[in-house]
This record gives sequence, C-alpha cells and structure tokens, in this order.
Amino acid sequence: MQQNSTTLSFGEIGLFFLSGSTLLYGLVAASRRVDPVMEIHGYLIAIISLVAIFLLAARATKADRAQQDNEPYNMDVVKAGAIASTFWGVVGFAVGLVIALQLAFPSLNFDTAYLNFGRLRPLHTSAVIFAFGGNILIMTSFFVVQKTCKARLAGDIAPWFVFWGYQIFIVMAATGYLIGGTQSKEYAEPEWYVDLWLTLVWVTYLLVFLFTLFKRKEPHIYVANWFYLAFIVTVAMLHLINNAGIPVSFFGSKSYGLFAGTQDAMTQWWYAHNAVGFFLTAGFLAIMYYFIPKRANRPIYSYRLSIIHFWALIFLYIWAGPHHLHYTALPDWAQTLGMTFSIMLWMPSWGGMINGMMTLSGAWDKLRTDPVLRMMVVSTAFYGMSTFEGPLMSIKAVNSLSHYTDWTIGHVHSGALGWVAYISFGALYCIVPWLWKKEGLYSNKLVNWHFWISTLGILLYICAMWVSGIMQGLMWRAYDQYGFLEYSFIESVEAMHPYYFIRALGGLLFVLGSLIMAYNLWKTVKSGASVVTPQPSKAPTLRQGEAA
Amino acid sequence: MTYFDLAVFSKTWGMIFLIVLFLSAVTYALWPSNKNKFSKAAQMPLFDEEGENNE
Amino acid sequence: MKFLAFHQILERKSILLLLGIVITVAIGGLVEIVPLFYLKSTVEKVQGMRPYTPLELAGRNIYIREGCYACHSQMIRTLRDEVERYGHYSLAAESMYDRPFQWGSKRTGPDLARVGGKYSNEWHLEHLINPREVVVGSVMPGYAFLANAKLDYRNIGDHLKVNAMLGVPYDDAMIAKAKTDVLAQLDEDSDDYEAFAERYPKAPVGNFDGDSKDVTEMDALIAYLQMLGTLVDFTVYDDQANLR
Repeated sequence: MQQNSTTLSFGEIGLFFLSGSTLLYGLVAASRRVDPVMEIHGYLIAIISLVAIFLLAARATKADRAQQDNEPYNMDVVKAGAIASTFWGVVGFAVGLVIALQLAFPSLNFDTAYLNFGRLRPLHTSAVIFAFGGNILIMTSFFVVQKTCKARLAGDIAPWFVFWGYQIFIVMAATGYLIGGTQSKEYAEPEWYVDLWLTLVWVTYLLVFLFTLFKRKEPHIYVANWFYLAFIVTVAMLHLINNAGIPVSFFGSKSYGLFAGTQDAMTQWWYAHNAVGFFLTAGFLAIMYYFIPKRANRPIYSYRLSIIHFWALIFLYIWAGPHHLHYTALPDWAQTLGMTFSIMLWMPSWGGMINGMMTLSGAWDKLRTDPVLRMMVVSTAFYGMSTFEGPLMSIKAVNSLSHYTDWTIGHVHSGALGWVAYISFGALYCIVPWLWKKEGLYSNKLVNWHFWISTLGILLYICAMWVSGIMQGLMWRAYDQYGFLEYSFIESVEAMHPYYFIRALGGLLFVLGSLIMAYNLWKTVKSGASVVTPQPSKAPTLRQGEAA
Repeated sequence: MTYFDLAVFSKTWGMIFLIVLFLSAVTYALWPSNKNKFSKAAQMPLFDEEGENNE
Repeated sequence: MKFLAFHQILERKSILLLLGIVITVAIGGLVEIVPLFYLKSTVEKVQGMRPYTPLELAGRNIYIREGCYACHSQMIRTLRDEVERYGHYSLAAESMYDRPFQWGSKRTGPDLARVGGKYSNEWHLEHLINPREVVVGSVMPGYAFLANAKLDYRNIGDHLKVNAMLGVPYDDAMIAKAKTDVLAQLDEDSDDYEAFAERYPKAPVGNFDGDSKDVTEMDALIAYLQMLGTLVDFTVYDDQANLR
C-alpha cells in the first residue's frame, strides 16, 4: 500500500508472475491433450490468464491509482461481491429448478452428455453453496470486519485477488462438471488443479481477514468475526485434507485420492458435514450476529450466550459427520460418536437461534413494518427448525428410515432455502442501500412479495419432500402378509412423481422470488434516492424508515 | 493399538479433557468482571460509523 | 512506544483466537478419522478381493464422471429389508480399493453394490440407452452417447501406477499389460485372455456393448457394473469373526 503511481506493489508483481505461469501451464496442458477435460480447461486457463494480465497492466498504468487507497474503507470489493452473489444466486436456484424438473419429467435430460442430471446436480449444489453462499460470505465478511474493526481491508490488490480468484474457481468448477471433470466427492467435486487454485485463493482470504483484524482500532474482536474466522480456517483444513490426492498426469484432469473405502467415506463426510457446519452455519451465523442487531438497531440479546454458542458449536459440529454413515461399513464406535455429538449439537444451535430472535425482544413491531428484518428473523426460525430436524435424523433408528430418501433432500433445503438463503437475502437487502449510499430500497413492497412467494415455495418444497421421503422409506421396508418385500424399487420411484412435481413448483416460486429481489436491488442501485445530508447520529433511523 | 485400549483412554482422559474444556469456555463467558467488556462489545455493530459520515 | 506495545497485544489476541479455533476443531477429526487407519478391525479379512481390471477401472471413472453416485448408492446397510432386497450387507473390505468410495447418499435409483451379474449385458446396454424402454416409470437419464464414445485408454497404465503408489496391489505385470488387458477382457478367445483371467479372477468377460468394432465407454461402464459386489466369497466369510 506504500507504492506511488510509478512502482508496482509486491502483490501486483506476484500476480503478474502467477498469471504468466498459469498462461504457460494452460497452453501446455491444452496442447498435451491428456484428456478432453484438461484440453478444454487448458484453453480456458490460458484465456483467463490473458485477461488477468491485461487487467493488471491496465491497473498498473492507471494515473490516479495512488488515490484509490485514501478511502477509509475498501467498499468497492464488497460491492462487487454483492453483485456476484445476486447473480450466482439466481443461476444456482435456476439450475436447481432444472434438475427438479428432470426428476419429474426425465425426458428433460435430453439424453445428452452435458445436460444430464448426474452432471447438473453437482453444478446446482456447487452453484448455491459455493457460488452464491461463498460470495455472500466473502462479501459480508469483508464488510463486517472493516466496520467492526474500524479499519480498512488489508492489502491493496489482495482482496481483489480473493474476489476474482474465487469467481475463477466457480467458473472452473462449473464448466468442469459439464464436460465431465469431477472427483465425485459430494460438495468437493472439483478436480485437483481447481482445488489447488482454491487453496491459493483461500489462504489469501485468510490472510486478508487476519491482517485486517491486526489493524483494528477496537480492543475487542466482535463475535461475528469469530464466526467468520472459524469458517475460513476450518474450511481450509477440511478442503486440504479431503482433497488430498495424486494426479495421474500433471497435464491431465484425473486424480486418485489418498484415502480409500471406509477411511475415504469417513473423511468425506467429516468434510461434507462441516461444509454444512462451517460454511453454511458458522459463516451465516456471523451474518446473523451483525446484520440482525444492526438492522433492528439493538444489541444482540446476550453477548455471553454468543460466546458459549460459538465455542460449543465449533467444537461439537466437527464430530457429527459419521451420522451420514449409519448402518454402513463404518465401524460402530464411529457411528455412535457421530450420533451422540449430533444430538448434543441441538443445544448450541438453539442457543444461537434464541440469541438471534430475542434480539428483537421489546421491538417485535418491527417485524410488521420492516420486511427485511422479518426475512432475517424467519431465517433464524428455519435455522431452529433444521437444527432440530438434523439431530432427530441423526438418531440411528430414525436414520434407518430417512437415509437415502428425499427426507434428507427436504431437510437440506429447509436449511439451505429457509436459513442460508433468507439470511443472505436479508443481508443483501441491507447492504445494497448502505454500499451505494441510498436512503433505502427501491421498494419494500417487492421485498414483501419476494418473502411471501419464496416462503410458499419453501413450504411446498419441504412438505413434498417430507411426504415423499417418509413414503419412500416406508415402501422400501414394507412386507406383505407372506413375509416378502411388498414393493419393487420402481414402484417407489413411480410413487414419487406427484411430489417431484410439487417440489419443482416450489422451486419455481423460489426462483421467481430471487428474480424479484435481483430486480429490486438493481432498481435500488440505479434509481433509489441517495442519502442527502450525512448525519451520523441519525443513521440508524434513516435505515428503518425506508419508504417504498 | 486395539479398539479396547482406545476406548479406555477416551472414556477416562478424553472425557475429563472435554469437561475441562467446556467448563473453561463457560467460565470465561460468565466471569463477572467480563460483563462490562461484553456489554460494550455487544454495541459494536451499532456504532461503527467512525471514519464515515453515513453509510 | 506505548502504541507499539498496545498493537502487539492486539495481534496476539487474534492469533490466540485463531489457534483456539484450530485446536477446537481439530479434536473431533483426529478422534474419528485417525483410528480408522490404525485399528485392524476397520477393514475385515475376506477372501476374493482383487483390484479393478483396467477396463473396470475405466468404467468406474465413467460412472464417476456421469455423477451416477448422485442417485445410486453402493452401500447395503445392515437392515433386514436391504439385505433381502439387495443381498449381503456391504463390507468395508469390498470398497478398500475404491478411490474415491462410491457409497453414495441418495437412492433415487436402487443400490448398485451387488448389481453385478444380476442382469445380462444386453439388459444393461438397452437400459443405459433408453431406461424407460426396459423399466417403465424410471426417471434415469439415457446414456446412449456412451455407446458411440470411444474409450480413451491410452494412459490406463498410468492410472494403475498411481493406484499402486497409493497402496492398491497392482503388480508390475498388471501395470505393464494394462492396455492389452483392456482388450483381453472384451474377448474370451484372444491370446491374452488366459493371463488376464489369472491376474484378475472372476472378472466378467465378453463384448459388453455387442459391438466388436470399437472399445467404447459403454463397454467399460457395463464391465464395471457387472463386477460390482461379486468378488467376496461369502461362503467362507464369517461375520462373527468380524464383530466390532
């Protein structure tokens, strides 16, 4: 950050070097033609590297570059994150709708290689978890850490590297699935070279976050930052261990993992459950701990509870993975441990929910007047519901019925749509007017529409999956009067059809809601009334009094 | 290493370790002299406007 | 000076927080994962397990590529109805060479852990090309394109080599003969077949896609499906000896 307009910073030189190397690697990999995935990705890597070199050069020759760093906060990268997360959200939900329709109407697979359910399903899960959720987390963490530390984001180009590096990771992963590059570990499908790239981006992310904490002007680190830090560090650990492997060729896409069979299964579900625990829970709890108090203009219900919540949650979550492997070839002792900790996890989860909700105690009327706050509070209710359902499903007897069925899908979506997406929508509705210095949203009425349409969508979705899941489980284990299995497998598939249709309908409503949000945010940026007179003391009231 | 050795170890030392860990977290959160610090910390998101006039 | 000292304390606080988090989250993983590598009881002793033939391995990689695991599990749980529907419950030993494992998490379609030998090659071919022609009411996508895609097995020896490096018992002959073994598995009458069958006992053999012109991805996938769950000899397996 000390550079003047003529010298390049350390980060810029590093990035020039990095883009040069990836350009070279991409061209060599493409020309070696080890497999079709790497051939296409080689060219893609080369093109992205060229664009990066061009952008870096443009940045280096810009005249006013010294002035960029004079702002007290780096909000441009947060703005970029808000745009990216809205975009990827709509894309991810839409792909989800497509695969829901494919299950209801299998002819929609069109029997092509590129668009069949098997390849689109990881595209959907990665798009919503990593593209939408990840961008939300990076964006809000950059915002919250600056605000609560009263310090500008560390690094000049580093935050931008995190942002663009992460988008590149998403594009590489998504295109990889479509052309057949996957290592088939759920929620960790990208192959080794994409994993390596993400590692680089993620370590930079950790450093940016940590160095911003170092610079803080407040002695205390606000609890939201604890959750963000736990999310960043733990995801790094999970990612490195679960993806450890050896590529067949350094210019090919295929690799084989370090672990096999049972050990691999345990590692994978340790990873995947904590992708839920740390990516989709800890990170979004950080959002809850900042945005709900901020929006409600009241401090969190109990700061002490938040501390216990934090340590209990991160300690217990990491053990819960084996509940994905009940009655399998995983040794019983590991299954029992997984179940026990999953049930205990119920307590800190509800502690967190109560903490978020009770922040509104004494100001419940705001739920009527502020649809954004309502969305966030409803998200904590969904959080409470999913974290009750989760421990229930981790009990072996329940799991014997629910596992492998749509009940799991329903459970995931009550958490993903109700909790993760709603708290994210709330954060977006808050942060866009703040970032673009608008008095409020373009339309609160549209927020209301978004809320009700997508809530109806979620209810249709999870109810359909409850019914279909429990029905599936019961049909599989039903015996007739002679002691034979009553139903063939295909009979259970056929019985699912109406529910798959209802689920797709719910998904459609959810996509519609997200489009309404995208439109509302777009109009807010384009035509919302700007904040006129800066009056710091009155700031909170300005935020609540948004007129439609 | 057998399953039995591991089970004995975790049911004794493992359990004691976890209990101590839990109690220390709770003690830290409920320690009376920390009360002031925490109630101040809870206000942090509400007064983070320094350096900027408005958002 | 005072400012400097103050600043150092701040840094220490965030590092302490970082370390506290790392230690807290490391415990669960260490306790649950590490013993699996050291406890002998994790993977049972069984008769009959062998590594995948090169063709099966290639087929397995197509199974992975197409995301079959998203709808098909390969893990029969120790529940009465599952054992009656699919066969003997899955053993840890049966997936000990699987990188990555394919236990799955969802049964939109049935479990495939023991699908090997249940249906004919022709059935699989028809079913993969047009699932609803064979199973009315199926929601599976069609995979006709696999029958037209030539199998790329130029580097299959390297695949075996990496697996051997990781501990899968592929010997030098298996790695050296990987390419000819692909062809041998497709043709019982070929000169290499005998040596192949000795290297890989119980391997299904035949022209899996009914078209002897090319080695296709369909050949590989069906070869893989036809061996699933067929290796362990359950007549000599003693489940009481493996209680854990």
